[in-house]
Amino acid sequence: MSFNNDKFKSINNTKNILLVLSGKGGVGKSSVTTQLALSLSSINNNKVGVLDIDLTGPSIPRFFDLENEKIFQSSNGWLPIEKPILNKTNTLKVISLGFLLNDSKNDSVVWKGPKRQAMIRQFIDDVYWGDDPLDYLIIDTPPGTTDEHIAIIENLRVLENIKNINIKAVIVTTPQRISINDVKKQINFCDIVELDILGVIENMSGFKCPYCDDCTDIFSKGGGENLCKELNLPFLGFLPIDPKFVELIEQQHDIVAENNSDLVSEYLKLGISKDFHKIIEEGNLK
Amino acid sequence: MSSENNSNTVTEEPLHCPGPESEDAGTGDACNSCNYQQTCSSNNNLPKVEDPDIQLIKDNLSNIKNKILVLSGKGGVGKSTFSTLLAFLLSSDPDLNIGLLDLDITGPSIPKMIGTMSDTSNAQLHMTSNGLIPNYVQDNLATISIQYLLPNIDDAIIWKSAKKETMIKKFLKDTLWSDLDFLIIDTPPGTSDEHILINKLLNKTQSVTGAILITTPQEVSLNDVRKEINFCQKVGIKIMGLVENMAGFVCKNCNRKTDIFKATTGGGESLCKEFNIPYWGKVPLDPRLGVCCDQGESFVDLYPESEATLCLVDIVENLMDQCEL
Repeated sequence: MSFNNDKFKSINNTKNILLVLSGKGGVGKSSVTTQLALSLSSINNNKVGVLDIDLTGPSIPRFFDLENEKIFQSSNGWLPIEKPILNKTNTLKVISLGFLLNDSKNDSVVWKGPKRQAMIRQFIDDVYWGDDPLDYLIIDTPPGTTDEHIAIIENLRVLENIKNINIKAVIVTTPQRISINDVKKQINFCDIVELDILGVIENMSGFKCPYCDDCTDIFSKGGGENLCKELNLPFLGFLPIDPKFVELIEQQHDIVAENNSDLVSEYLKLGISKDFHKIIEEGNLK
Repeated sequence: MSSENNSNTVTEEPLHCPGPESEDAGTGDACNSCNYQQTCSSNNNLPKVEDPDIQLIKDNLSNIKNKILVLSGKGGVGKSTFSTLLAFLLSSDPDLNIGLLDLDITGPSIPKMIGTMSDTSNAQLHMTSNGLIPNYVQDNLATISIQYLLPNIDDAIIWKSAKKETMIKKFLKDTLWSDLDFLIIDTPPGTSDEHILINKLLNKTQSVTGAILITTPQEVSLNDVRKEINFCQKVGIKIMGLVENMAGFVCKNCNRKTDIFKATTGGGESLCKEFNIPYWGKVPLDPRLGVCCDQGESFVDLYPESEATLCLVDIVENLMDQCEL
């Protein structure tokens, strides 16, 4: 099935793999994945790759404004889409199922479990991440604890270089109890498959009214922090809802073209990038 | 991969195997590379055996007038919240009997939202010789969820698709719903095993009345909902209407409205025009709604005058128009 089985997989060279997990949907996994990629690639000239294993709802192409891109195959394997950043001094490499669909905007992927598992295996085996090893590979996951999650863990387990790769989970939650309940299940999953947890991020924690600066806790506050105390996990920090970030993602094509810049430079101008930088420090990411 | 298997007798079926019981057995594209192609295609003249569960499900659901799916390609847009609110609103009419089925196996939220579960303990389901007795919230509102079957509240369910299918089938064929006017089916995000299965089962028994799509206004969400519309059209589910959730937030301090999830591409309304789907309106973000869901209280009963409730009442009227009573 995979054509370069005998070759050394390029993912084996990766230094750190971060799995972004949450039992609940819509808490901002893709948003946190994106921000992790943007922030990490802006420091120390890190080489960062993003792998989107949400097969039935891939949002990563939209987040990076890569919706019409297609993956090409080389003799080494599938080539990720490269996005130049920081005035072309660095690139982000992105892989998503969205790049394999004919009409990535409308086509739905209606696949049963075994087929989804096979797809994830191909993403691990067949993607050629480049000659330079990646400093960080950030993996965006679908909600829940099902086939995709089992498959990714199984596939990461058989990497040849596993002892040298630092594999950690980043858990994302929103503050309300409904979300915390699902996230506890995800933490339970991490325990069962023996996946180390880097920490928990509380996303959508408060909303600052752009008119009067009054902060409303739309989805309450502190749930993630309390969860960490209860389960003795590292708490990485709060991220507020920032309409400016949503705007940057939704209209990045125009914003980037207008300022003649790139996504990372524009992101670093936002207030939320400073909040996120605290998370990077708290998580001891370099 | 086949080189790993030395024995000729054991080979894996190809990735896109249509299955020996399907119409395409032995004739699909994938079958050309399969060792069992002959066996499968020669079987084609034999009568097809229908899944025995289908008849059981048909019998069990025969007393339900309307079966409504709540769908969205995206997670966290409010499927469970909407399902809960819809169940509460419909059940405020004492003449109607409502069932609420939670198909989200790996992230069940219904029990918490509808108030059948406290922080520390689960409500339990009772198994009788006739089947599963659902959990009653009120006399005319019954719920089923995997959460009721877990020994500990935080236990994770890490199941591959086959096992999830067994569970879903069990819910459909063994639940003692009695006579229902509405069965609301809350689904997990995506277009995955749960969706394929429930549609296959309900299509072969009696097709679902229709699906309600939930979205939030921003393009990231609409993108996933387009896929869901595509899915519904592929498998032939009627889309009854689309609801735009979390549309706008009013600051309680200055009373000015902000579109937190900005509809940069026209939001749900233009999506509905594009696909010719009825647009059922916007439900605004109300922080009190989140609190009610966390505490398992009925928002529509506590805040009957709120904008969100008024929107929902309109939506229920739209829904009723397309249902039989």
